[in-house]
Amino acid sequence: MCRGAVLMKADLSCTLLTMAANEHEEKRNLELGGHVGFDSLPDQLVSKSVAQGFCFNILCVGETGIGKSTLMNTLFNTTFENEEASHYQSEVQLRPQTYDLQESNVNLKLTVVHTVGFGDQINKGQSHKPILDYIDAQFERYLEEELKIRRSLFNCHDTRIHICLYFIAPTGHSLKSLDLVTMKKLDSKVNIIPVIAKADTVSKSELDKLKIKIMSELVSNGVQIYQFPTEDEAVAEINTSMNTHLPFAVVGSVEDVKVGNKMVKARLYPWGSVQVENENHCDFVKLREMLLRVNMEDLREQTHARHYELYRRCKLEEMGFKDTGPDSQSFSLQETYEAKRKEFLVDLQRKEEEMRQMFVSKVKETEAELKEKEKELHERFEQLKRMHQDEKKNLEEKRRDLEEEMNAFNRRKVAAETLMGQALQGCSQPFKKDKDKKNFFSLPSACSLTSGRNLN
Amino acid sequence: MSSNIRYKSRIPVKTGEETAEEKQYVGFATLPNQVHRKSVKKGFDFTLMVAGESGMGKSTLVNSLFLTDLYKERKLLNAEERINQTVEIIKHTVDIEEKGVKLKLTIVDTPGFGDAVNNNECWKPITDYIDQQFEQYFRDESGLNRKNIQDNRVHCCLYFIPPFGHGLRPVDVEFMKALHEKVNIIPLIAKADCLTPNEIKKLKDRIREEIDKFGIKVYQFPECDSDEDEEFKQLDKELKECTPFAVIGSNTVVEARGQRVRGRLYPWGIVEVENQSHCDFVKLRNMLIRSHMHDLKDVTCDVHYENYRAQCIQEMTSKLAQDNRMESPIPILPLSTPDVETEKLIKLKDEELKRMQEMLNKMQQQMHDKEQ
Repeated sequence: MCRGAVLMKADLSCTLLTMAANEHEEKRNLELGGHVGFDSLPDQLVSKSVAQGFCFNILCVGETGIGKSTLMNTLFNTTFENEEASHYQSEVQLRPQTYDLQESNVNLKLTVVHTVGFGDQINKGQSHKPILDYIDAQFERYLEEELKIRRSLFNCHDTRIHICLYFIAPTGHSLKSLDLVTMKKLDSKVNIIPVIAKADTVSKSELDKLKIKIMSELVSNGVQIYQFPTEDEAVAEINTSMNTHLPFAVVGSVEDVKVGNKMVKARLYPWGSVQVENENHCDFVKLREMLLRVNMEDLREQTHARHYELYRRCKLEEMGFKDTGPDSQSFSLQETYEAKRKEFLVDLQRKEEEMRQMFVSKVKETEAELKEKEKELHERFEQLKRMHQDEKKNLEEKRRDLEEEMNAFNRRKVAAETLMGQALQGCSQPFKKDKDKKNFFSLPSACSLTSGRNLN
Repeated sequence: MSSNIRYKSRIPVKTGEETAEEKQYVGFATLPNQVHRKSVKKGFDFTLMVAGESGMGKSTLVNSLFLTDLYKERKLLNAEERINQTVEIIKHTVDIEEKGVKLKLTIVDTPGFGDAVNNNECWKPITDYIDQQFEQYFRDESGLNRKNIQDNRVHCCLYFIPPFGHGLRPVDVEFMKALHEKVNIIPLIAKADCLTPNEIKKLKDRIREEIDKFGIKVYQFPECDSDEDEEFKQLDKELKECTPFAVIGSNTVVEARGQRVRGRLYPWGIVEVENQSHCDFVKLRNMLIRSHMHDLKDVTCDVHYENYRAQCIQEMTSKLAQDNRMESPIPILPLSTPDVETEKLIKLKDEELKRMQEMLNKMQQQMHDKEQ
């Protein structure tokens, strides 16, 4: 439907321009003579949209364990897979999940985004940032698609957040400071509907007081929450009455409990059971009515016409685009685009030069370092070689000394032996018996023993 | 003690035959009676601290516990003012009397805890307050005139855990870890009327698990003596399994089942505060006021205060040793220095012992070798 709206808007602006050009032409209302048949235009539009299918994206913001997943399950009467989050996340993360639902012959591509770890950190000053970044990223994605040369907007999966359900903890007094700060940051980016979660802990009288307190705090701090539209007569009445019931106090449950003789969705307590679809017990039915049955299309339109346009304008202005120049001449997007592109290319070139120079200088540095190291190594090598040679020389000297000693000893030994032999021959005559045999044999053996020892 | 046993003093009746027992009767069995009289005359005092985020029902619970209205004119801040709020400490003191027993009750409130966007160290004012009270008592105790010491030490801290989450949050863990060695912490699950019985059980198990995991020392009920009767032991066991208590408070009286009780009126039913199947309020009240009030005071005096005192004195003596000055703000009793000296002596003796042991071993070894 929003694609159709864009097309129609484009057409309208063209006709307006041409009409402004021909100011002298007057508008004329003509009476029709019979039934022409263009009253079927809405039907044609409807059948076309049904064939395309619809997209709807919900963002649920609230503390861990406040009941976001349970409420989604209750709203859409199904079980979306969701694992329980822990309280110890160091920062807020967003988890989107997309589902394809079908009812009658209407296809709905539903994306539910949960904030994980919201409100758990001790310092919550940065809690809103991941949420804002996510919303902006979806707008950015759509903007990129819109600015493409070849674009397929009708085929594109629109992921922009259409509605943010902000879950308020039922503390009984008023909003928490974190709620106020976050909603203030989000109200210009997305449609916010605040809901009081786990409302079965607030009694009727307390609930009225709490609702009044919350709304007055939001108003006094300038937070703009989504107001149900009251211009269309068909839904004006119900919407105005619902506007007075904000914020909705909801209870979620996917368990069936027997009440009377029916099975209804309820929470069973020892003191009674809270029925989800009983309007006396909570505002769940009102929320479902407003969110899904009456105002879904309006939410999508508002997202596109107000929030997205605001984002687009800010973004393009940032990039330097203007609608009218200093001398009131309208710029064409094309020219500005060209100028920007040239600027960008020049910038790129400059950066490349810088990088190249840096690279060259770094290379030189490393080369110089390497050369130095090489020199050092060389020196050390020379040094070691010299040392080695010195040692070798020493060893040689020692060896020679040792050899000389050995030679000297051997000569002495030979001299001693010859002396011994002469002495024995001299006195071998008188002693011929065992005694000299003994002596004869004992001396050389003693000599060989000692010589053997020395050599070793 | 749930039963009030009065010991009557028996005047020994002089009969002709005195039984062996009566001969041996001395009469100090009347001591409990005397203690009872004196304490009634002196009166009691109790300081209770309540901590938790705003809107958890702390004031309502205190009113329900003591059946009075402590918070007549209270200014509640709105969300904008709370963005940068700091934690304050506010004391309310009331004197209440029941059956001749006087109680001076002090409730220490901590508005602003956990309310700001940045809650870094938001428990610091609370720990400072508790330390201050300990310091004050320490000075009084060490002073010259000790007749009228006012005991402002915090005896118990009720910590309110929000029931909306899946267990303890980081701020809960940090707060309890900062305080568990200074005060008796009793964690409570606040606003328990938003949880079905199954959910309560799951949450209690979760919280007990996490308390163990993070090593938080909450107040432990004392073990009951082995000579108590079975019923008492059973009750005690049930009490311990029920922690942390899931409580509901109410300032209004409603009509339920033909009676006027404190409760909350919903379109789908009436929650009675004093109905044990609805919440653990009765268990908390019994534990806090009827059975364990004095034990809480004792643990505060014997454990937390003594820890503080020991730490304080150690710091002071180490500082003195460093500074080598004789001045000190509080007169150091002669007991403290002998501690340090005796420690040194002990160390010396230990070393001597070790040396002698080694010598003995050597001699034994030598003898062994010689034998071989």
